[in-house]
Amino acid sequence: MSQHLEEEVPLSTTAERKIIVDQAGAAPSKEWVIVTRGVKREYDMGGEIVRALRGVDIAVRRNEYVAIMGPSGSGKSTLMNIIGCLDTPNEGEYWLNGQLVSTMKDDELARVRNKEIGFVFQTFNLLPRATALANVELPLVYAGISSNERRERAMEALEAVQLGERVHHRPNELSGGQRQRVAIARALVNRPSILLADEPTGNLDSKTSEEIMRVFEGLAETGQTVIMVTHEPDIAAHARRVVVLRDGTIESDERREVFTEKLGLTL
Amino acid sequence: MPFLEAVRLALHTIRVQKLKSFFTLLGVMIGVMFLIAVVSIVEGMSDYVENDFAAKIIGVNTFDVRRWPNFNPNEDDEDWRELLRRPRLYETEARLVRETLSADFKTAIVSENFIYANAPGVRPRMVQAIATEAAYFDIKKFNLTQGRAFAPQEVVSGSRVLVIGDEIAKYYFANLDPLGRELRIAGQPYTVIGVIEPQGSVFGFSLDRMAIAPYTSALGRALRPRGDIEYITVQGPTREVLMDGMEAVRAAMRGFRRLTPGRADNFALETSDAALSFFDGIRSKMVLFGTALPGIGLVVGALVIMNIMLVAVAERTREIGIRKALGARRKDIIRQFLIEAATLSVVGAAIGAALGVAMSQTIAALTPLPASVAPWSIVAALIVGAGVGIVAGLYPASRAARLDPIAALRQE
Repeated sequence: MSQHLEEEVPLSTTAERKIIVDQAGAAPSKEWVIVTRGVKREYDMGGEIVRALRGVDIAVRRNEYVAIMGPSGSGKSTLMNIIGCLDTPNEGEYWLNGQLVSTMKDDELARVRNKEIGFVFQTFNLLPRATALANVELPLVYAGISSNERRERAMEALEAVQLGERVHHRPNELSGGQRQRVAIARALVNRPSILLADEPTGNLDSKTSEEIMRVFEGLAETGQTVIMVTHEPDIAAHARRVVVLRDGTIESDERREVFTEKLGLTL
Repeated sequence: MPFLEAVRLALHTIRVQKLKSFFTLLGVMIGVMFLIAVVSIVEGMSDYVENDFAAKIIGVNTFDVRRWPNFNPNEDDEDWRELLRRPRLYETEARLVRETLSADFKTAIVSENFIYANAPGVRPRMVQAIATEAAYFDIKKFNLTQGRAFAPQEVVSGSRVLVIGDEIAKYYFANLDPLGRELRIAGQPYTVIGVIEPQGSVFGFSLDRMAIAPYTSALGRALRPRGDIEYITVQGPTREVLMDGMEAVRAAMRGFRRLTPGRADNFALETSDAALSFFDGIRSKMVLFGTALPGIGLVVGALVIMNIMLVAVAERTREIGIRKALGARRKDIIRQFLIEAATLSVVGAAIGAALGVAMSQTIAALTPLPASVAPWSIVAALIVGAGVGIVAGLYPASRAARLDPIAALRQE
């Protein structure tokens, strides 16, 4: 990636985050990529109101590698959808890279997704009929980039994930790990502010999972902001910071050393 | 989504599912096929009417003085009674017309009808019997392959001389020299003195079955037992002179018939324009019905395409979700599905156009109907095809664009 290497990726401290989150209504400074303030999301499930998020405050500084954990029903999918600009909160603010996303309309959200977010899904979500190259080009298509530049940048992104040899293969001709690496190339090709991964290893065996985690590790080291949603503690333990959700609120938000120690995991 | 990629995707879908695509496109195909065929035939007919028919039947720079118009669309009972009340046309009026006009004009008295004619050893058959004057040959520009036309003296004397069409000559006098032979029309014998070169046919109706004799001969009385004449045909040197002459004839006729200024003409002056406008009337009806029926085919085609596109949207919900997650706006999704629907439909229209061209050529070859494929009709067919696809694709495309990306991504 083009960003310069840093000695040690700095983690935001709890105190810093509290200051940012408490300044309701104010646009956070540029170094804060993600700021949510009192985000609530409710669903009407046939007359019954389900409160998926009950006021979530998160602040993520640029270059952080954060895992969002929680059991099913904790609201982590809802939070991921909101962070990924696929959904908007009923209440509260969401600032992404200095833009107030929580009040945006459909097409503005589409633009933000295209520019600011790179998605990596559990089920890869590649277009089955398109080649790896065409899949990686897709975000650039919607960004309105010329076909020559698209091709060049997509090739670069695929080479960065060691798939330069397989650009003309379709997803069904690739292994699970390769598919996920195509998805990572696609997520990064438009140089997003955040890489947002939803259970990125959920459909992979443990060896391939390790391989994908190493890719994430490498990205985090080059300064890419990574947000990873998972329910597996040992996967979450790869991140520098772990946020645990329970019943629609944040239960804990701490460095991974604290998290792993609490769970008795070894790194 | 780039335009070409969407087109390629649609073509790929057609290739992979040939049978399904065939049925999908059947409606559009049949609609366009008949549209092209009908337009070609109508175009062919009007080319024909404008270039051939009007000149052959009425003549260039010619008008007819008649009791009632020959080409008379939309007459009701009232009109019909008025026409029947009109006085007949007589030779004295032909003389009046002739005296009114300068020497630049040619005129001829004409009466015609189909009557049986017979010759020894041949089955009797209908011929187009025409009783006229010597100038008729000149006005009609008939060239003779054998013999001669009759002379003005023969008209004065009422000679039983006959000039016949090519088909008549071949039918009654096969392998014989027709000149000097006898042909009986309505029981009266006539001597053949000339044969006209082949004139071809109009809408399958042969122009070579003429048998022309002086109007003063027995044929005149056979055709008009009451002693009147059917019409006077007048040819002028140019169109302008002809129009002036026509107005002079109108004034003279009105004076002769003592029509006061408020009263309508009780005779008809008919130019080839009348024939053309008569055919314009027929043509507009043909275009209306000829396009309304294929139009139904296109509507059915549109519904089938809409249905197929709805299925495609349902099948590809996940793809739509992925595209939206990667930043596709509503209009991007709408565009993709509209291009796909339009491509499908244009392919159908192109096949239909090819079949339509083949069909009109076949019709032209097998029937007397003329057909000429207008290039614009093929372009129009493809545009109509694209239009049908876009209209049919609108609803499915907007449904696709309105899908919630979260729900779409969750779909298996």
